[in-house]
Amino acid sequence: MYGLLQHLINGLAAGTIYALVALGYTMVYGVLKLINFAHGDVMMVGVYVGYATAFMLGREHFGSFGAVLVIFLVSMLACAAFGLIIERFAYRPLREKPRLTSLITAIGISFALSYGFQMDLAITLGGKSYTILPGAASRAFPEIIVPTQWLELGSDDSSVIIWNWQVISFVIAAVLMVGLQFLVFKTKFGRAMRAVSFDHRVAALLGIPVDRVIAGTFMLGSALAACAGLLYAIKDTSVQPLMGMYIGLKAFVAAVIGGIGNVPGAVVGALALGLCEEFVVGYTSSSWRDAVAFGFLILVLLARPEGLFGRVQAEKV
Amino acid sequence: MIRGIAPVLIAAALCVALQLGLGPYQFFAYLAALVGVNVILAVSLNIINGMTGQFSIGHAGFMAVGAYLAGIVSIATKQDHLTFLPEAISDQVFLVGSLCAGGTGAALCGLIVGLPSLRLRGDYLAIVTLGFGEIIRVIVQNTQALGGALGLSGVPQRAGFGMVWFWVFVVVLVARRLAASPHGRSLWAIREDEIAAEAMGVDTTSYKVRAFVLSSFFAGVAGGLFAHFVPIVNPGSFTFVKSMEIVVMIVAGGLGSTTGAFTAAVFLTLLPEGMRSLFTTLGGGDPSLAQKVDQIRMPIYGVLLVIIMLTRPKGIFGTHEAWDVITRWRRKAKPA
Repeated sequence: MYGLLQHLINGLAAGTIYALVALGYTMVYGVLKLINFAHGDVMMVGVYVGYATAFMLGREHFGSFGAVLVIFLVSMLACAAFGLIIERFAYRPLREKPRLTSLITAIGISFALSYGFQMDLAITLGGKSYTILPGAASRAFPEIIVPTQWLELGSDDSSVIIWNWQVISFVIAAVLMVGLQFLVFKTKFGRAMRAVSFDHRVAALLGIPVDRVIAGTFMLGSALAACAGLLYAIKDTSVQPLMGMYIGLKAFVAAVIGGIGNVPGAVVGALALGLCEEFVVGYTSSSWRDAVAFGFLILVLLARPEGLFGRVQAEKV
Repeated sequence: MIRGIAPVLIAAALCVALQLGLGPYQFFAYLAALVGVNVILAVSLNIINGMTGQFSIGHAGFMAVGAYLAGIVSIATKQDHLTFLPEAISDQVFLVGSLCAGGTGAALCGLIVGLPSLRLRGDYLAIVTLGFGEIIRVIVQNTQALGGALGLSGVPQRAGFGMVWFWVFVVVLVARRLAASPHGRSLWAIREDEIAAEAMGVDTTSYKVRAFVLSSFFAGVAGGLFAHFVPIVNPGSFTFVKSMEIVVMIVAGGLGSTTGAFTAAVFLTLLPEGMRSLFTTLGGGDPSLAQKVDQIRMPIYGVLLVIIMLTRPKGIFGTHEAWDVITRWRRKAKPA
C-alpha cells in the first residue's frame, strides 16, 4: 500500500517537471505549427547556466533561499535570451519556407547543442582557466536545496517519504502553470498569442505584431524549460549534455498525449506519463524507463492521434 | 526482359571481379565496404525523406534490426553448406538469405512504426522514428541472447566489398526506377503538397507507408552487410549519431536526389577517415588529436544542417540527378 503511494508521489513529482517542458512545446506548436526539436537542449543549456551560477555564488550560499532565487532567475533569463536568439536567427528567416526546412533546422540546432556541449573546451585567461564547454561526463549538480524529509508516514520498513524538493518543485510548477493560464487567457499578450495561433496572417492584418508575439512565446517557453531543467537536476543531482534530448523527447510525448497545442492537455499528459514511467520502473526494471514513453506514444498515435484533449481540425488550403 | 536483367548481370560480374582484384588490399576493401553501407543507407533514406518528404530520423534503428537479425541467422547457419556448390559461393548464397531476412525484419518494423505515424502530418514521423531507434537500443542492451551492451560476436565475416557494392547497385537501381515510375510520381506529389495529392486521388497514407517500408528494408540490408564485415556488432554503432550522419548526407546531397545522396555519402564517409589519418600523422602518431575529430564531428553536422537550410535549402544537387546530364547530352547529340 505504502509502496503504491510512494510511486504515486514520485510519479507526480516527475510529471510536473515534464509538464513545464511540455508547455514550451505545446505553446510553440500552437503559434508556429513547428515542433521545436531544440527545446529540450535549450533546457539543458539553462541547467548548465544554473550550475555555473551556483559555483560563482560560492558553496557557502547553497541551501539559502536567496541563492536558489538568484540561480533560477539567472538561468531562466539566460534561457529566454537564448530562445530569442534561436528564433530570430534560425526560425524566423524560414517562416515562409516549406515546413520541412524549419524542422531540419530545429534538428540541427538540437544536435549542435547536445553534442557541442559534449566537447571539452577551456581557455586560459590571465592565469585562470575558464571552462567554455563542459564535456561529455555527467557532473554532480550542487545541492542548492538541501534534501530533507518533509513528511514521513508509516514505520521504518514500509513508509512513504515526501522530500522537500518534491514539494518545492510541485509548488513552483503549479504556480507557473496557473500564471501561464492567466497570461494566455486574461492578458493582452495572451489574446495576441491566441490570435496568432488561430491564423497569423489575419492577426498581422489586424495589427498584431506577429514577430514580437512569436518571439515572446519562445522566450516564455524557454524560461519555463530552464526552470523545469533546474528542478530535474536537483531531483537527479546530476547534469549532462544529453539530458535535454531525453527529457525533451518525453515532454514532447506528453504534449502529444494531451493534444499538441492544448495547454491543459500538456499538463495532464505529462502527469500521466510521469506516473506511467514511475510505475513501470517501480514494478519491473529501471532499464525500461526510456522505452515506456515511446511505446506510449505509438499507442496514443494509433488510438487517438489528436491526443486526449485535441480536436480534429481540417487543414485549410 | 534482357534490357531489364542485363545491367544487374554486368554489375554482378563487375563486383565479383573487383572483389577478386581487391583481395590483398585489406584496409582499402574495408573502407570501400564502409562507404558502400553508408551509400545504401543514404539512398534508401532518401526514398522516404527526399522523394516523399516525410522526415525519418531513426534510420539507424532499422539498420540495427537488420544487423542483429541477419547476424543471428548467419550464426545459426554457420555450419551449413549447399553441397552442390563450392564453399565460397554457398557462403554467399547464405549471406544473401540472411540479408533478406534482416531486410524483411526491418521492413516489418517499418510497417509497425510507419502505420500509426504516417497517417498524421510529417513531423510525427520524426519523433516516432527517433523514439523507435532508442527503443531498439534499449531492447538490445537488455537482451542477453543478443550480447547485451557488449555486442554480438561470432558473425561469419562473409560480406566482401563486392557483395556490398552489388547491393549499392541494387538500391540505386530501385531508387532510380522508382523515381521515374507512376508510383514515384505519387511520392513526389505527396512531397510537394499532401492535400493536393490527396485531392488528385493519391492514397497518401498507403503510398507513404510503402515508401517507408521499402526504405526500412534497405536499411536492414545495410545493417546486415555491416554485421558481416565488422568484428563485433554492438548497440553503440546504431545510435542517434548514426541516424544523424545519414540525415546530413541526404540533406547536403539534396533531398530527393539519388546521385546527390550517393555523392554526399561517399564524401562524408571518407572525409572523417581521411581527417583521422591526417591528424594522426600530424600529431606524430598521437591518437588524441584524431579523437578530437570524432568529438567535433557531431556539432559540425548540426551546424551544417542549419547553414544548409538557411542558405541553400535544396542541398548541392537539389532534385537533379547526375544521369540527367547524360540524357540531355544525348538529346543534343541526336536532334530529332
